Amino acid sequence: MAGNKGRGRAAYTFNIEAVGFSRGEKLPDVVLKPPPLFPDTDYKPVPLKTGEGEDYVLALKQELRETVKRMPYFVETPEEKQDIERYSKRYVKVYKEEWIPAGPKSKKAKDTGKGTSLTNTADVLKKIEELEKRGDGEKSDEENEEKEGSKEKSKEGDDDEDDNAAEQEEYDEEEQEEENDYINSYFEDGDDFGADSDDNMDEATY
Amino acid sequence: MTQAEIKLCSLLLQEHFGEIVEKIGVHLIRTGSQPLRVIAHDTGTSLDQVKKALCVLIQHNLVIYQVHKRGVVEYEAQCSRVLRMLRYPRYIYTAKTLYSDTGELIVEELLLNGKMAMSAVVKKVADRLTETMEDGKTMDYAEVSNTFVRLADTHFVQRCPLVPATENSDPGPPPPAPTLVINEKDMYLVPKLSLIGKGKRRRSSDEDATGEPKAKRPKHTTDNKEMWPLAYSQSQHSRVNSEFQFTFQTQTSSEIVRTMLRMSEITTSSSAPFTQPLSSNEIFRSLPVGYNISKQVLDQYLTLLADDPLEFVGKSGDSGGGMYVINLHKALGSLATATLESVVQERFGSRCARIFRLVLQKKHLEQKQVEDFAMIPAKEAKDMLYKMLSENFISLQEIPKTPDHAPSRTFYLYTVNILSAARMLLHRCYKSVANLIERRQFETKENKRLLEKSQRVEAIIASMQATGAEEAQLQEIEEMITAPERQQLETLKRNVNKLDACEIQVDETIFLLESYIESTMKRQ
Repeated sequence: MAGNKGRGRAAYTFNIEAVGFSRGEKLPDVVLKPPPLFPDTDYKPVPLKTGEGEDYVLALKQELRETVKRMPYFVETPEEKQDIERYSKRYVKVYKEEWIPAGPKSKKAKDTGKGTSLTNTADVLKKIEELEKRGDGEKSDEENEEKEGSKEKSKEGDDDEDDNAAEQEEYDEEEQEEENDYINSYFEDGDDFGADSDDNMDEATY
Repeated sequence: MTQAEIKLCSLLLQEHFGEIVEKIGVHLIRTGSQPLRVIAHDTGTSLDQVKKALCVLIQHNLVIYQVHKRGVVEYEAQCSRVLRMLRYPRYIYTAKTLYSDTGELIVEELLLNGKMAMSAVVKKVADRLTETMEDGKTMDYAEVSNTFVRLADTHFVQRCPLVPATENSDPGPPPPAPTLVINEKDMYLVPKLSLIGKGKRRRSSDEDATGEPKAKRPKHTTDNKEMWPLAYSQSQHSRVNSEFQFTFQTQTSSEIVRTMLRMSEITTSSSAPFTQPLSSNEIFRSLPVGYNISKQVLDQYLTLLADDPLEFVGKSGDSGGGMYVINLHKALGSLATATLESVVQERFGSRCARIFRLVLQKKHLEQKQVEDFAMIPAKEAKDMLYKMLSENFISLQEIPKTPDHAPSRTFYLYTVNILSAARMLLHRCYKSVANLIERRQFETKENKRLLEKSQRVEAIIASMQATGAEEAQLQEIEEMITAPERQQLETLKRNVNKLDACEIQVDETIFLLESYIESTMKRQ
């Protein structure tokens, strides 16, 4: 098939007349790359239809677009949890109309939510007592506020509150464990440090 | 589903329902029917979010569910329904032209909510209308209900299937998914609502019209009215109508055809090739009141229409003064062809359009014949033919002279296959709408900061006006937006409007092509 390409004139296997080219005529160029993304057009598009009807439909379309955003069917993407919970976030939340299709599952979710929030408030209360004993004044104030905040919102069974309270708890625990500022694994005896590491080494040190 | 359709579906779902629903919806469209756990696993979203998304989609009739063997419930998305969302403003407008504001609001509420109970719709619409009316006047519920009943009668709204109520429910566990049944006859039945009182203070007591057993009572809130497929066929009739106005020379003939279409709205399904035969007497009786043409004149018009080479109207019998049908399939075919011709003309020029029409008329032509008939020099004709061929408006038909299909001994004929060209054009339309939506979103995103600022300023001005501020203060607030910013906003608004208008117009072409393809496929 491709064997004859290099030798002399091209010979076609079919009647070139049928496709419309006469012999010896310059064939159109071979296309080597994809067509341009925005090719120039010789003919510009026809202007759009205008009229009262069209304007009305346009207005309807734009209104519809705005309205669907406010409907409860528009599910917002949940925000990613941030490492540090910003205090102001709680008070900037915008409440949208909640649409829960009637069903047994939604009731279950509500119950479990309430349960965990109650246990959380119990834990929080315990923490507050411990902290008060320690005499960490500033912290307990914060804890009090958080406790009140979480109590108010526990009625809604909001999952976010549980998570935030849980995070706060974990954070507190970590802080409490560290009585001092020093790393626990720091060796006080400097001599043993080097010796220990050499014990199991079979290879020579360089 | 083609990539272009999937992309368009994804953009539409995102605009209407947000990212999560879009992800789930597109996944279902791409992979077909799947159970809940598989969806959650494949898309990597949590189970509750998947459930919520599916609820939203089912509510809006975009996803259906089925119980398969072993009690597994599978969900399937319907791509064509999602694409239909593009046409919502057009539906609302059609309802407005036929049933005025009340109808428009009913249709809008149903479209926004997917499915709703009749009582809820009537209440909401009446409240909305009351707000816009002058002080002291209230909208009567009965009027809204009447409009609703009329919409149901002309099949604009339809009843949803219900869970069948079992009087003696078996003690076994409930099935994993309810099977919905709907009696064909009941589809357009309207429950009798007796809403006592009107305006803000009211008590509504809904009663079932047919005196069904008490067990059904608590379920009557699922007595929903659902909208979608019928506005489609309705709109089709009105569209084909408007097209007819252009094809028919006189006002009268288009009026006659419009009457015939109106009469056959309910009796004909949306994809039937012919309307039901209508006798000339019936047509005469149903002509609009203002038209006073005599019976003979009507008969003459009908005969002329039936003899017309376009063959839109045909005569199917002689009883009742002559039975006439409208050939919907032919009408759609000629509309689709006209669209194709117009596209070729606007894209490639009028000479190409001449060649296209020639090939369309003569069905199959050789290269030489095209040049002769079109009276266009060979080189240009060749060039144009190849351009159209590369864009798939024209196709090549091989007719071999010998069994070995040797190219030198084969005829190559150019032909236009309307169905495949229509499909190709439809695909391009989907792509263009997707591009338009993307561009519009891009423009809006670019200027987001400016838009937010202007919204804030407007809110401030509105609140200040409410509390009675002075002119000077208002001026000052308005100057917060500088002149170049104002100009930028103007340009943005103009662009967005233009892009929206483009979408609407492309949607009309989509509607036409889809109807034609559907009608042709049904015939085969």
